[in-house]
Amino acid sequence: MNSAVVTLFKLAVLAGLVLFPAIGSSFYVELVAKILIMAIFAMSLALLVGFTGLVSLGHAAYFGIAAYTVALVAPEYEAANLWFVLTASVLAAGAAAFFIGLFVLRTKGIYFIMVTLAFAQMAYYIFHDTALGRSSDGIYLNVKPDASLFGWAPFSLDEPLHLYYFILAAMVAVFVLLAYVLRSPFGRVLAGIHSNEHRMKSLGYSTFRYKLAAFTLAGALAGVAGFLYAVLFGFVTPEYLSWHQSGNVLMMVILGGLGSLAGAVAGAFAFIGLQEMFSDWTKHWQLLMGLVIVAAVLFMPTGLAGLPRRIFRTVNWGEDDE
Amino acid sequence: MDITSFLIQILNALQYGLLLFLVASGLTLVFGIMGIINLAHGSFYMIGAYLAFALTSLTGNLMLAIVLGIPLAFGFGALLEKLLFVHLYKRDHLQQVLLTYGLILIFEELRSLTVGDDVHGVAIPDLFSASIALSDNLSYPVYRLVISVVCIALAAGLWWLMQRTRLGMMIRAGSFNREMVQSLGVNIDMLYRTVFALGVALAALAGMLAAPISSVYPGMGGSVLIISFVIVVIGGIGSVWGALVAALLVGFADTFGKVLMPELAGLTVYLLMAVVLLWRPEGIFRKG
Amino acid sequence: MSEAMLVADRLTRHFGGLTANLEVCITLARGELHALLGPNGAGKSTCINMLSGDLPPSAGRILLEGQDVTGLDSAARSHRGIGRSYQRTNIFPQFTVLENCRLAAQSRRPRPWRIFTDAMKTSDTVERARAAIVEAGLGGREQRKAGLLSHGEQRQLEIAMVLATDARVLLLDEPLAGMGSEESGQMVELLRKLKQNRAILLVEHDMDAVFAVADTITVMVEGSVLESGPPEQIRNSEDVQAAYLGEEEHG
Repeated sequence: MNSAVVTLFKLAVLAGLVLFPAIGSSFYVELVAKILIMAIFAMSLALLVGFTGLVSLGHAAYFGIAAYTVALVAPEYEAANLWFVLTASVLAAGAAAFFIGLFVLRTKGIYFIMVTLAFAQMAYYIFHDTALGRSSDGIYLNVKPDASLFGWAPFSLDEPLHLYYFILAAMVAVFVLLAYVLRSPFGRVLAGIHSNEHRMKSLGYSTFRYKLAAFTLAGALAGVAGFLYAVLFGFVTPEYLSWHQSGNVLMMVILGGLGSLAGAVAGAFAFIGLQEMFSDWTKHWQLLMGLVIVAAVLFMPTGLAGLPRRIFRTVNWGEDDE
Repeated sequence: MDITSFLIQILNALQYGLLLFLVASGLTLVFGIMGIINLAHGSFYMIGAYLAFALTSLTGNLMLAIVLGIPLAFGFGALLEKLLFVHLYKRDHLQQVLLTYGLILIFEELRSLTVGDDVHGVAIPDLFSASIALSDNLSYPVYRLVISVVCIALAAGLWWLMQRTRLGMMIRAGSFNREMVQSLGVNIDMLYRTVFALGVALAALAGMLAAPISSVYPGMGGSVLIISFVIVVIGGIGSVWGALVAALLVGFADTFGKVLMPELAGLTVYLLMAVVLLWRPEGIFRKG
Repeated sequence: MSEAMLVADRLTRHFGGLTANLEVCITLARGELHALLGPNGAGKSTCINMLSGDLPPSAGRILLEGQDVTGLDSAARSHRGIGRSYQRTNIFPQFTVLENCRLAAQSRRPRPWRIFTDAMKTSDTVERARAAIVEAGLGGREQRKAGLLSHGEQRQLEIAMVLATDARVLLLDEPLAGMGSEESGQMVELLRKLKQNRAILLVEHDMDAVFAVADTITVMVEGSVLESGPPEQIRNSEDVQAAYLGEEEHG
């Protein structure tokens, strides 16, 4: 497919998202906002899984740490400053990722998958069991943060529409940021590590440092998602750090097809869309979700993003092999 | 802590560690020999516990339930390997994670559909329901000792299987060199199926044994899975003896962590793992 | 002899009970191509792996221009000027030829960390990569996907990548392996050109090629150096013929 068509398609999707509140009910606006947040989360993980080749099964830790930072830093009955809590929670998530990265990046392959999961579970227990998390039931955020900057308030997160556009803007910002990072020299190093880490070392790259940088950046961006999620729903719980959350976001990345940011966004839409649809049908919606996932592995190994390409190729009688 | 309660904690740690060994040994073998990461391994533990609950309700006796449950679990494992896991051997880790994660969701919902989401107790068989008095007011339940003894017997059996039988020889050879095993004319498909089914049966047995003390509840597979991962990381992939040592270490770290530092209850095991990662990122007993 | 660039001083490597290299001494000089010969299992790969930093030696030292680099990993040695190519082609198959070399050249940038510039627009890096591609004889194939190159071209790309890192010491592990006679002829020409201002260690099985380009030849047998000297000396050595060359001719 040619790149102009792809760009046009992305712009059309963006236009649809901008116009959506004009037609969608408040329920659906909140649902789409949730999906956009998950898209940020999925893109942050795609940086690791799809572009660096690091399969992290503990990415929810950074999402949850950022969410908890909002809840713990904000005063209980008055609004915290948005820019302050946003910075604090992203920094907290990034710092946690940096620190955990120092340990987990010493391992590879299956070990890496297991160890990232185990560290995330450790973070889960910190908020679930110790005084830091206050209570295993979670914490309410009674007041949404205040967006004023030096006395000027450009928007108010109490307004659902403002909140929606704030989240959409964050999603676009993360998309653009990652797109820039991926084509930068740094991003090319990550691609090289994904392709052949051993050769990168012999070419003179200290791959550990690059992987640590990518892990930290991914953690910080997952923190953006966790922050927005806490603000949107006004509530944080240890479940945000649970391994099911890590599993779900990994599913989004894989279902979306690896190696593209748009795929991660599509994966978030598909996963949460399916989740909503199935849970409308039955209380046991996870059964259907599980069946879809198993079927996807058995019959669709390239993911959703590979689907249009495959259809396209079939139409072309298989001549298009790029 | 006086000497008697210290002894009790030691026995608890042993029993917990040995039970974890049953789960982790299958996991590490499947990792080491087939190169498969199986997130659904914790579900086998959960399935075992629910099997114990269901079969005990039917037969009225846990021991009978276990005798019936082991072949069921083994057969279930063999079937699962034939239908699904056989497709994973040539896939990358990511797809293995994806498929086995999907399986967890399926198993949990099937459990919810058939047995419901309530917590159930399973009665200790009358034969082992007594306690041994250790001092005036402290005693130790016989059933926990029985679990430890059964696990030790199984560990010894596993050792015998690995060191002394043709199957064990093939498994040890298989974890080093697949081509060599094939060139010996060994049916590798059957070997894989047997190892996988054995792993399922061991995990399910652990669940069955644990059912009376931990009771039977939704989500019990998840925490066991993650602890088993920690054990495999500490012990080294593919090493059964590494798994045994690591499981005991984890059993002690967890038990004494809860006693000595209740604030950090759930964390000690992970701190142990972090230390091992700094010291030996490939696990204590990683070969080569 | 001209100045010594890389010196292997009594390098020894054990694998469990097996001794793969025992007190191997090799000196590479600028402007000189030093070939390492030996039957399979003689320890040539172990030796080159220790020199490149892929494998830590059990004992012995490696000196680069007089400085001890034994404790450095392969990335650090690459920055000191040691570059290596691999026996089994070791490239980035999904990337273009240019991108393979650009990544190699980029590792020499003072700040490879910048995240907001377009990698393809960092002109000094791209230029260095293009120059290396031309030098290795791959000019005109910059935009081809590396995985789609012919085997011989992939071997050339291996060398182009090393050149793009500005390596002064080249460790080349069987660059002629699997090449046809025309391709190996070109590669021999390339090696001749490359050695002019660099030091080269060549591990190679192709005898004709080795005797055509080597200034010094070291023969290894069973992990130890059997003999080392100019090609004439090696050609006439009875020990070498007994242990190695004779075996080739009759076998």
